[in-house]
Amino acid sequence: MAQHGIKEHSHGGDVPIQTRNLRPRSTSVSDFPEVSKLQEIWRYLPIDKLRGLDQEVMGELGQEAIELVLAPGVTSRWIESSDSLVGTAGLPEDRVSAASWTNASKTLVIEIPKDLEVNEPSFIRINPASVDANALHIVVVAGMHSNSTLVLDHIGQGVLGENIEIVLQDGANLNFVTIQEWEKGSSHVSAQFAKLGRDSNLKHVVVSLGGDVVRVTPSVELSSPGAEVNMYGVYLANTGNFFEHRPYVDHIAPNCVSNVAYKGALQGAGAHTVWVGDVLIRESATGTSTYELNRNLLLTDGARADSVPNLEIETGKIEGAGHASASGRFDDEQLFYLQARGISESEARRLVVRGFLSELIQKIGVAEVEERLIAAVELELEKAGV
Amino acid sequence: MATLEIKNLHVSVQTEQGAKEILKGVDLTIRSGETHAVMGPNGSGKSTLAYSVAGHPKYEVTDGEILLDGESVLEMSVDERARAGLFLAMQYPVEIPGVSVSNFLRTAKTALTGEAPALRQWVGDLREGMKNLKMDSDFTERNVNEGFSGGEKKRHEILQLELLKPKIAILDETDSGLDVDALKIVSEGVNRAKASSDLGVLLITHYTRILRYIKPDFVHVFVAGKVAEQGGPELADRLEAEGYDRYLKASA
Repeated sequence: MAQHGIKEHSHGGDVPIQTRNLRPRSTSVSDFPEVSKLQEIWRYLPIDKLRGLDQEVMGELGQEAIELVLAPGVTSRWIESSDSLVGTAGLPEDRVSAASWTNASKTLVIEIPKDLEVNEPSFIRINPASVDANALHIVVVAGMHSNSTLVLDHIGQGVLGENIEIVLQDGANLNFVTIQEWEKGSSHVSAQFAKLGRDSNLKHVVVSLGGDVVRVTPSVELSSPGAEVNMYGVYLANTGNFFEHRPYVDHIAPNCVSNVAYKGALQGAGAHTVWVGDVLIRESATGTSTYELNRNLLLTDGARADSVPNLEIETGKIEGAGHASASGRFDDEQLFYLQARGISESEARRLVVRGFLSELIQKIGVAEVEERLIAAVELELEKAGV
Repeated sequence: MATLEIKNLHVSVQTEQGAKEILKGVDLTIRSGETHAVMGPNGSGKSTLAYSVAGHPKYEVTDGEILLDGESVLEMSVDERARAGLFLAMQYPVEIPGVSVSNFLRTAKTALTGEAPALRQWVGDLREGMKNLKMDSDFTERNVNEGFSGGEKKRHEILQLELLKPKIAILDETDSGLDVDALKIVSEGVNRAKASSDLGVLLITHYTRILRYIKPDFVHVFVAGKVAEQGGPELADRLEAEGYDRYLKASA
């Protein structure tokens, strides 16, 4: 049932230029044209705020800007980016990703050993404390039958071009959380590539709360049978924030499952979010089950949410495929119900927003991250006087 | 002692064809301790009356007044009306994703009384209320109305009635969609609320069935946006036997 005041996305119109897997891939910057609004992938982004991330040459994020707090058994090391491990999970599909790739001479490798089961999360905290454009490359390898949680946390001020590779070996289980809570003056473009082994399970969570430009493009390749990915996103955009999330699931092997759910709340003039969700089910991907969803709640006038789900299906032999996308203002019926119980309008709005986002926040599965986010949401709502 | 007076109430809604008048001059007075049944066929304006008193923005009052103890209810926002002592048990309670029943009830109680309820007392009241309404204890952890069956939604409305203790309650077709067992449980809840707090009740219903369990002092028959006839409980018996045909013919 459509909620009051909610506008469903339109079908047709924004047709993808080509089948998703035919996009060129290269680590060479010169293989990609200059970033321009004429290209679909950059059409929404305020290009003037890339702050050098689209240039051939940029700096490399110093190791002092990275703090590692790893759970027992989880290891880290730096390798030359020429190592064959780099590029295991995927290759750049755009100019900024290629530039970040070539400018990061070293790569941080985080390894979760085979069979390691560890409850406590590991943290990678990134705080560049600089407005120079810098590149960073991380490869995460979750060993066979390991079970762990890794949080990649971006705070402070920075201009960062990032490539994150996530490799799940057979039967691995990884909860990967990436948080963007940048201060004003920050720009962040993060290309994330995940490759899932047989019967492995990835939970990929994106949380965007701050930054002038935040662009996260998580691509997941399901090339081994029985793999499952759950991709969740939560974002709260204010005046001055541009957040773009483009999850992509490539179903190649049979009997894989993907579930994508992103939810955002926007407030304030000029707050802008973009969600483009691509799912490709190739002819070989029989028995696929997939669902993708994006919901946006517009709290004030002047905010804008773009939401485009794309589903390409090349085989009819699937379990199920669906998508949903809707952006709307507050549901007046919810407000009425709460107010009819004596709750003031502002308190009712807070309850609805908290509730709207907490559904997904609860799925993060890392208590301290959940608590921090709930607090951040509260603070943002208070600031806006909603 | 509270009195809700509805005087010459005219209410319109916006439709694609322009404003349409639904209530065409309703007069009704409900006092503490009294139970009034408003009965009528579909489309007669019963629910419009309920929502107009509660202040739903969709309904525009074009004439008349609503007074609670002499104060103009129409001047109040929706939440102010609730804090003044009015309660509407909804026919179709909406889902509020991510907001637990427990959080919702505590927030509402706090808003109504102006301070957070003492924890021990509150937990006790909540537990007892749920037990009386035969609700599972894990109910409070669920999100408001999300995935509730029709019966659960109505019990949740009556649980609120018992916990929030209004002066005047309007029950909008609380009986619709309930089987006999659920109807009895819900009716007992209303009767408990009446017994414990001198509650005034405006019971809106299409059927006479609920009146076997909740005894009305007055019965008002609604037809085409007006009270067509009123009387005591015996009027309900007559409706049970004859239906609404008599009124519909008269108005047509």
